[in-house]
Amino acid sequence: MNNPRRIFLKRSGQLGALAAVWAAGLAQSSRTWAATWNKAGFQSKAMADVMKNLGATGATESKDIVITAPDIAENGAVVPIAVSSKLPDTQQISILAEKNPFPLAATFDVSSGGEGYVSTRIKMGQTSDVWAVVKAGGKYYTARKEVKITVGGCG
Amino acid sequence: MRSFVRGIAAFTVCLAAAGVTPAAAQTGDPLGVGRRMLAEDNPGELWIDRGKTLFYQKQGPKNASLEGCDFGMGPGKLEGAAARLPRYFPDTDKVQDLETRLITCMVRLQGFNEADVIRRAISPGGSSGSDVEALALYITSRSNGMKVDVRLSHQKEYDVYKAGEYLFFRRSGQTDFSCNQCHGEAGKRIRLQDLVHMTDKKGAEEVASTWPAYRGAHFVVRTMQWRLTDCFWQMRLPDMKYGSDMSIALTLYLNHNGNGAVIRVPGFKR
Amino acid sequence: MAEPMKIRATLQGDVADVRILIMHPMETGQRKDSKGQIIPLHFIQSVVVQHNGKTVLDTQWSQAVSRNPFLGLRIKGAKAGDKISVTWTDNKGEKRTDEAVVAPAS
Repeated sequence: MNNPRRIFLKRSGQLGALAAVWAAGLAQSSRTWAATWNKAGFQSKAMADVMKNLGATGATESKDIVITAPDIAENGAVVPIAVSSKLPDTQQISILAEKNPFPLAATFDVSSGGEGYVSTRIKMGQTSDVWAVVKAGGKYYTARKEVKITVGGCG
Repeated sequence: MRSFVRGIAAFTVCLAAAGVTPAAAQTGDPLGVGRRMLAEDNPGELWIDRGKTLFYQKQGPKNASLEGCDFGMGPGKLEGAAARLPRYFPDTDKVQDLETRLITCMVRLQGFNEADVIRRAISPGGSSGSDVEALALYITSRSNGMKVDVRLSHQKEYDVYKAGEYLFFRRSGQTDFSCNQCHGEAGKRIRLQDLVHMTDKKGAEEVASTWPAYRGAHFVVRTMQWRLTDCFWQMRLPDMKYGSDMSIALTLYLNHNGNGAVIRVPGFKR
Repeated sequence: MAEPMKIRATLQGDVADVRILIMHPMETGQRKDSKGQIIPLHFIQSVVVQHNGKTVLDTQWSQAVSRNPFLGLRIKGAKAGDKISVTWTDNKGEKRTDEAVVAPAS
């Protein structure tokens, strides 16, 4: 019992509980992200709640955000998504899959020196709009693109 | 692995109902963007270093590395070796492909039990992969940028080639299926999955130069032996025996037809 | 235990194009193993990218990021020979750091 965190981790396996432990500052790590990991955002099931937890409610659509992703993905477990923002002072980029059980997949804080560009791969359970939510100059902007999900028969 | 694959298959039936029609796939190249993005940064590369470590590490009951293994260019000489496989090996008096040759060395040099190695050779989907998969990728990667050059200079190589050709066109099993029925003409596909046109030079080159490959839906590196095993299952044939003469014959037939292709592994398969 | 990352950093003008591959299961906590047991949630929560010691990208990931993840980014004002360092941390507290040097444009 002299290592409560470890025991807690073993017993829980629950993301929410883990995040709560971190938020409470019990984790050994002094890393800042642990405290800032957006537990509420990642656990939100409705798009409106995700947007609220990102602080992005009422974000406006922007043509300066470009999402590069396939029109049809052959494998929903590996859907490549790249987001490029030409908005001045781009600070943060989030990637959301609207119809996933938990829409928010990733958030990227782009500090000075980083360009407004990130590329990654996400899991998608079904055909859905993919959203990019960008924070630039303290304001929030969005763009979206539909990605159809299918899987072939032979590999 | 089977249950994993079937699980995925069942899952996809639901997805297919979500409204992706084959017609949509034929306008422009809606799949191309994703394929390019995935191939550019191929997670399969993560296994090359593991394979390299395994190759030079002392292992097995005889506590030996694989540096003494001769893939046809001399012991431990890997540069360009995979480009020439399958080929005839005098010490075993057999035509062997990369994987059966590798297993011969794991047994003879390192003292592993052959049946054990074969049982573990094809890893479960969603695992961290098998030693044979990582080694096969590392060894083939040492032929990257070189041309496939499978020769029929020994009588047994020629005989095995002819056997492979026969098997490719032979209809077998309860569904009376041959390789050629799916892979013998252009534009064939299963659902959205384009099938390689293997009786065409370009198609044969693709087969000969892109395995081992990272299989996106399995998250591990797959080898040619796996590819054939899975084809046999798709064709509802009896399970293919890993490393069997039949598998080597088909591999030699396909690779020889793909001679001249520049090897680039790991490939990326959806 | 954790395998080394594969980091490629190539100069394009004064921008470093950085591509990172990581071997990690990224378990969703919903998948079952062959015995029908749930495989516990196990995923990378954070990836931090530094350029010559200065943080340029700080990510928060969920379990929706694909297995064996990929991360691509671009760093302005980079020069050949600059040091790129990448650290990931997962929900079990496991972490790993790897480094690469920015290669000149080829």
